[in-house]
Order: sequence, then C-alpha cells, then structure tokens
Amino acid sequence: MSWLTPMMQDLLLEAFGQTLVMVGVSTVLAVAFGLPLALLLHVTGPDGLTPRPWLNRPLGLVVNAARSTPFIILMVAIVPFTRLVAGTSIGTGAAIVPLALAATAFLARLFENALREVDPGVVEAAQAMGASRSQIVLKVLVPEALPGLIAAVTVALVSLVGFSAMAGAIGGGGLGDLGIRFGYQRFMPEVMASVVLILILLVQGLQSLGDWLVRRLSHR
Amino acid sequence: MADLHITRVVTPRDPAHTTMIMRDMPELPVDDPAIRLAGLSKRFAAGGPAGGTLALADVSLEVRSGEIFGIVGRSGAGKSTLVRTVNLLERPDAGVVTVLGQDLLGLDEPALRAARRGIGMVFQHFNLHHRRTVAENIAFPLEIAGLSRAERAARVAELLPLVGLEAKRDAYPAQLSGGQKQRVGIARALASRPRLLLCDEATSALDPETTAEILALIRDLRDRLQLTVLLITHEMAVVKSICDRVAVMEAGRVIEQGPVLEVFTRPQQPTTRRFVAEVIGHGVPAGTLARLPAPRPGEERRLVQVLFLGPHSTRAVISEASREFGIDLDIASGRIDSIAGEPFGVMALAAYGPAEALEAAFAWMRGLGLVIEEIAA
Repeated sequence: MSWLTPMMQDLLLEAFGQTLVMVGVSTVLAVAFGLPLALLLHVTGPDGLTPRPWLNRPLGLVVNAARSTPFIILMVAIVPFTRLVAGTSIGTGAAIVPLALAATAFLARLFENALREVDPGVVEAAQAMGASRSQIVLKVLVPEALPGLIAAVTVALVSLVGFSAMAGAIGGGGLGDLGIRFGYQRFMPEVMASVVLILILLVQGLQSLGDWLVRRLSHR
Repeated sequence: MADLHITRVVTPRDPAHTTMIMRDMPELPVDDPAIRLAGLSKRFAAGGPAGGTLALADVSLEVRSGEIFGIVGRSGAGKSTLVRTVNLLERPDAGVVTVLGQDLLGLDEPALRAARRGIGMVFQHFNLHHRRTVAENIAFPLEIAGLSRAERAARVAELLPLVGLEAKRDAYPAQLSGGQKQRVGIARALASRPRLLLCDEATSALDPETTAEILALIRDLRDRLQLTVLLITHEMAVVKSICDRVAVMEAGRVIEQGPVLEVFTRPQQPTTRRFVAEVIGHGVPAGTLARLPAPRPGEERRLVQVLFLGPHSTRAVISEASREFGIDLDIASGRIDSIAGEPFGVMALAAYGPAEALEAAFAWMRGLGLVIEEIAA
C-alpha cells in the first residue's frame, strides 16, 4: 500500500467529494426540471389529459435532441451557456451545468414512461369523481407513478456517475478524472483499481437504495 | 349459446300478469326521470381504436329515479360509450344529457365537476389507487371535494361497514380479492352521497359467486340509500337478477327496452331473443330429440317451449291439458328460476295429438298466461 500516501488519500477523498457533488446537485436539478417537463409531455401527449400536439411534438424533439447528443460533445457545445449560468466554464461547478442538462432530458423521458405506466382507469375514475386537472396530476399521476419515478431517478444517478467521469475534460475533477490522470497517465494501476472499486461500490449502493425504496413504495 | 330456432307465436296479454309487473315498479312521477338521454349520437374518429364507427346512433333513454336500469349488449354495441355520456366522460356529438334535472352539456368545467360529484361510478377493473389503502381510496373523492381530514375519517367510518370491509381498512388493493376490491370501488363511488350510481360492467371481472354477492350488495344499497342505478353488462344473467328495466343495444342503437319480466318473456328482436335464450333458453338436448317417439298415424308431433310465471303449477297444467284435450305431453327438458324476483319456469314439451287438439290445448295454456313458442325440430 506504499502508493496510498497521505497526499493520495486526500486526492481520492477530494475526487470522491467532487463526484458526489456533481452527481448529487445535477440529479436534484434534473428532477426539479425533468418532472414538470415529463408531466407536460405526458399531459399534452396524444392520450393525455389535454392533448396539445403543437406543444407536445416540438418539446419531444428538443428532449430527443438533447438525449442524442453524446455527453462529451454536449459539454463543450454549451460552454457559452455554462459560462452564463455558472459564471465560469471550468471546474466542478461548471461541470454541473451540462450534467444537469443531459440528465434533465434523460429523466424527462424516463419519467414520462413511468407516468405512462399509471393505470388510465384510475385517472378516469378521478375524472368521474369530479377531480380537476391539477388534482389528477398531483393526487393521481405523481403518487401512483412514484415507484416508477424513483426507479427512473436510480437509473439516472447511475448514468450520471458515468457521465461525471467525462467532466475532467472541463476541469470538473471527480473520481473518473483522478483515474485517468493518475491511474492511466502516471502509470499507477493501484489508483485506477481503487477508483474503479469505489465507483462500483457507489453504484451498487445507489442501486440497492433505489430498489429498496421502490419495493417499499409500490404496494403491488 | 343454445341455438334456438323459435317461431314467434302471437301471445295475448294476460291482465293479471300485467299488474304483476306494475306492482314491482316503484311509484314515481314519470316526468322526473333521474337520467334523460335524448337523441344521442357519437362517432369515433377514423384511425382511432373504433375506426370511424358510429358508437351511438340517436339513442334516447329515460331512467326513473329509484330503479335499477340495465343496458345489455355485446362488446362494441355502444353501451360503454352510452354510460360514459351520463357523466360526460364521453361527450356526444349530438343530443341532450339531463341528469338529476341538470342539463350537463350546458355546464362549464367547474359546474360539470360539481355535477360529477353527485354521480357515483363503479368500474369493471375497479380502478383503485394501488398506493392508497382501502380507507384512503374511499376517502379520495372527499379529498377532491375539499373535506377536512376529520370529516373524511368520519365518512369512511360510515362507509366501511356498509360494504363489509371494516377489517380491511388499512389493507392495500393488492392484498384484496376481486370482490373486496369492487366493494372498495362501491364505497368510494358512494362516498360523496350521490343519488345516482353508474356501474360499468361492475361484475364482469368477477367469478359467478362473487358476482351474485356484489349484485346483492348493489340492490341492497339501492333500497337503503334510495339510489338510482344505471348498469351496463354483457351478461343477461346480471339483468335477470337485479334490474327493474332493461334496454338492449346493438350497433349503437337501443333496439328494445322495457320492464325486465316483459323483455324476458316477450322478446321482440332477434338479438334480444338470443340474449334471453342465454339465460332461460331451453333447446331440446340433441339426444333427447332423437329418442322422442314418432307421432302415431293421424297425429302430429309439435315441439314447444313453454314459459310460465308466478303461481302456475306445471304438473297441474300438463295433466289437465292431456286430460281435457286428449293429447300426450312429454317433458323434454325444463327448469324453474326467477326473474326480477318473480318465479318462472321454462320447459320444452313434445306434444302429440291431432292438430286441432294441439292448437286448442296451446290456446288454453296461453289463456292461463303461459308463453308458448314453437321450436323448430
């Protein structure tokens, strides 16, 4: 363990912290923007509560465009936007902007699928009882889809851990970046191995937590 | 389904029989129907699931308050669309929908939502919230209506015993049987004290025993809460067991309607007859037919279905007919049942004798109120 010097420990710890911040903050942002977006997509869709093709189609196109752009390209392509939002285009804070954007588009689709899984009969029953559209969204769609929404967040978290490894390209730091710089460029396989090990444990932990929550919430 | 070939025989109306039907009808002003549907038409857009078909074609219907009105039809007959127009889950292209004195098509959104709170609805697949307990499901319409937590709890406490689910108040739908789920559906539909209950194939996902239970519950609730019930079904047996009046639908039209006993005993349309035959139809089993003796020279053999209602005694009728008219009557099949609470029997008879004697015997039986139809052998 001669490679695990105090300095190395600090670097690993710092990189782990950066990964958590990038993944955590961008997930929170992606849920905050992705859920309303998904609801809008769902509600204005062909079978939605208020079909609005003129709004639904362009919105779907934008979401697909964001999803089909490779993350590394998206990251550099939106640098002007990043600078506008984060005040800088370099660093962990700056990396959060493209991560959140990619995750929002990704989550919007996953959320939309989860909403589509809600039994239309339950929505119809609520309509028959005189529920308003906002009551249907808040008291039927979101609560009934909750296990699916949580499962979607779990998938997004795991993907974001992977995406965040690319954040090194704009100085975002994080475990993936540490692995590349030390493990690969400085020929320190132990660093690479520890980085990979920590990432595996992180992803396993997130997945188990997500699965446990879904089981607890679904009552199926 | 039994493939009956029935030759229609004109039957005189028995006045005693008519009063029997009337006695069962609630005494209500006919000018105040709970539901009045007039001239409803609805065409689904081409390319949709129903592909440009006419789901409703000029349908008019009145449901009197306090009665259980059944709409029966095959899938695709338009009955589901029809029941959905009553709370405007489906908007007709043309026509008038008046429910509890209110013209629903003239209401704006908030007023329509308020009107819907006065119309309970029960669904084939229950449509319960999977993540809400029984109590929370029942409380849902009250939550929508803005009642406080305490008011909701009090109402749920009244409703649970009404449907016999006190022990399941904190269970989730996944932990319930089909019958229990439908009980939750019914309690939920009744939560905001509606005067009208719509049942959309409410028992079609249930086994026969549970179906009987749920139907008994609906009838019991109608009596206790003075509800008006409109139910749709594809099973004539459901109509037979609880409806007061029935409408038969085919291809978006109401082809026949009337008191259940009337429709069962004197079906006019071929479709209605097939429906009725499902429940009371009584062909002669093939084996039996082959074993029936041939008529003696100078005599005829006629196969008839005899339907009798109320207090007639089969044996007395049969023995008296053979004695009085000098004919032989052979029971090929038969059974006793009840429709809308009235006992009735149906038999297939093979009658042997001279043509005039047979005709005279049949006429005499009709005079007693029996419905006699010839079965083509």
